[in-house]
Amino acid sequence: MIRRIVSNKIYYLLLLPAVVYYVIFAYIPMYGVVLAFKKFMFNKGILGSPWVGLEHFHTLMSYADFWDSFRNTVIISFGRLLFQFPVAIIVALLLNEVRKRGWKSFFQTVFTFPHFISWVVLSGVLLNILGDSGIFNQVLVQLGMDKVAFLINASTFRWLLFATDNWKEAGWGAIIYLAAIAGINPEQYEAAYVDGANRWQQLWSITLPSIFSTISIMLILAVGGIMNGGFDQIFNLYSASVYQVAEIIDTLVYRLGFQVGSNYGLVTAIGLFKSVIGLIMLAGANYAVKKMGQEGLV
Amino acid sequence: MAEDNSVLDSLSDNRAASRGGSRIADGIIYLILSLVALAVLFPFYNVLIMSFGTPGGVILPTKFDISSYHLIFQLGGVVKSFFISLLSTIAGTCLSMFITTCAAYALSKKYPGRNVLMGLIVFTMFFGGGLIPYYLLVKNLHLINSYWVLVLPTLMNAFYMIIMLSFFRGYPISLEESAKIDGASEFTILTRIVVPTSTPVIAALSLFYAVDKWNDWWSPLLFMTDVNKYPLQLLTRNLIVNFEAILNQTAGAAGAASVLMDKIGVLPDNLKMAVLIFNIIPIMLVYPFLQKYFSKGVMIGSVKG
Repeated sequence: MIRRIVSNKIYYLLLLPAVVYYVIFAYIPMYGVVLAFKKFMFNKGILGSPWVGLEHFHTLMSYADFWDSFRNTVIISFGRLLFQFPVAIIVALLLNEVRKRGWKSFFQTVFTFPHFISWVVLSGVLLNILGDSGIFNQVLVQLGMDKVAFLINASTFRWLLFATDNWKEAGWGAIIYLAAIAGINPEQYEAAYVDGANRWQQLWSITLPSIFSTISIMLILAVGGIMNGGFDQIFNLYSASVYQVAEIIDTLVYRLGFQVGSNYGLVTAIGLFKSVIGLIMLAGANYAVKKMGQEGLV
Repeated sequence: MAEDNSVLDSLSDNRAASRGGSRIADGIIYLILSLVALAVLFPFYNVLIMSFGTPGGVILPTKFDISSYHLIFQLGGVVKSFFISLLSTIAGTCLSMFITTCAAYALSKKYPGRNVLMGLIVFTMFFGGGLIPYYLLVKNLHLINSYWVLVLPTLMNAFYMIIMLSFFRGYPISLEESAKIDGASEFTILTRIVVPTSTPVIAALSLFYAVDKWNDWWSPLLFMTDVNKYPLQLLTRNLIVNFEAILNQTAGAAGAASVLMDKIGVLPDNLKMAVLIFNIIPIMLVYPFLQKYFSKGVMIGSVKG
């Protein structure tokens, strides 16, 4: 054993920088979750602060803002499942029907581009077209309708989230389905064509069933990520007037964490609560994927 | 772009050719996709024409005026942030690729403790300490307002490491073994044989790291409080949220920015759009290369979403 370690020492050496990185930037903060059970005092640090047991979790249970954000997280995530998850599939199916290689490549180039732009920049782009003097409202005025304050209108804000995230990510999300479609044996289509199946029938009876396992894996993984809700997008688009419909757990943690006189223990408890549920959801999703006979995440 | 995803394309080309179907159906599909493409591009187009002086809410450009860009160069703050972002992106990508390549290569071999180490890295993808412990750590490391904070916290991405790892696992062992017989050390094998013959995956991951680092606004938002050290993303975010104040801070003196803007005759909206263009251009420059590679990494990478 020792000899095997010594003879492989070069590998440990190569791994050393990565291990140091993860110990410092992942495992030390992970130890820091004990804050959820402590009353944090700046002068004593995480280690020296006194324990308070489950006090923060008791506070949490009756903390209305937290439950609002919990509800928003789940609603927004389910909304994304309903209104965003299928869009990537539809985009892939449409792209697959394009016969000319050049056009297909062109459309794909356009659709995946926003994926690589950050939400900071995209929020600037969106504010510009959706704002009061933006093109959207100008068109509404031209059509004789009232202006809509898209970014501060609580009744439409979640729809804005779904629509704009589709704009950014649907083309990127389609790639995995296109890869699955590329794996289908062309003979199936030829046989169906000979039997007189039209393209629509081929889509329903060959393409869709063939990518069904990919769809289910992606769906299960999306369910596993339900506690996330999309921090980057919401944080860059929302404002106080839509907190009631758009404040998710992650954004609440940020706001509470960086306000004056913040209760670090409680904020950490909220984060921990979310992480644990998220981990359980993901483990369940992973188990389900494996049950289907597919390679899971771990 | 014709060569991009050529395997996927040629496969589906053959398929479509053998499938029959009407011209009307084709027409509808092209129409839908073209409208979607237009919708995807329009917001960017609008930003572009506004950065050249066209007022908001207009579809066709009304003028071609570079005074927004002129002003940006005069104010200096945006240009400085641009270079802070550029340098930290380049430095960060080099460092990240170094430790990712080392780790992925080491983890592609078999030796005692390998699975435990792998498990430790994978676990961090699913569970973290949360915001406050992380913030306190970086604070205790005295990284606040240090340029290192643009590089160190995002040093390694476990997903990218796994993509590289799976590439190394498929690496032909015979090449390495013949080098070993010739007396080459592991390190020589890695630097002289494995790395030079793995350029596709190295190029692809470098690009992905670079885009992530260029786009990173979260670390600077948490850890950069000095406006003179802002990378471009954070400056942009704050310009969008609090235009006047930030512009004056980066211009050096209170009121300096608005005086300049009045003098040059630039409207805030047009100036903001020009700043957005500064953010987007580097991405556009690497995008053709990115596109060439992303189908390779996406099978694993897209799981993260």
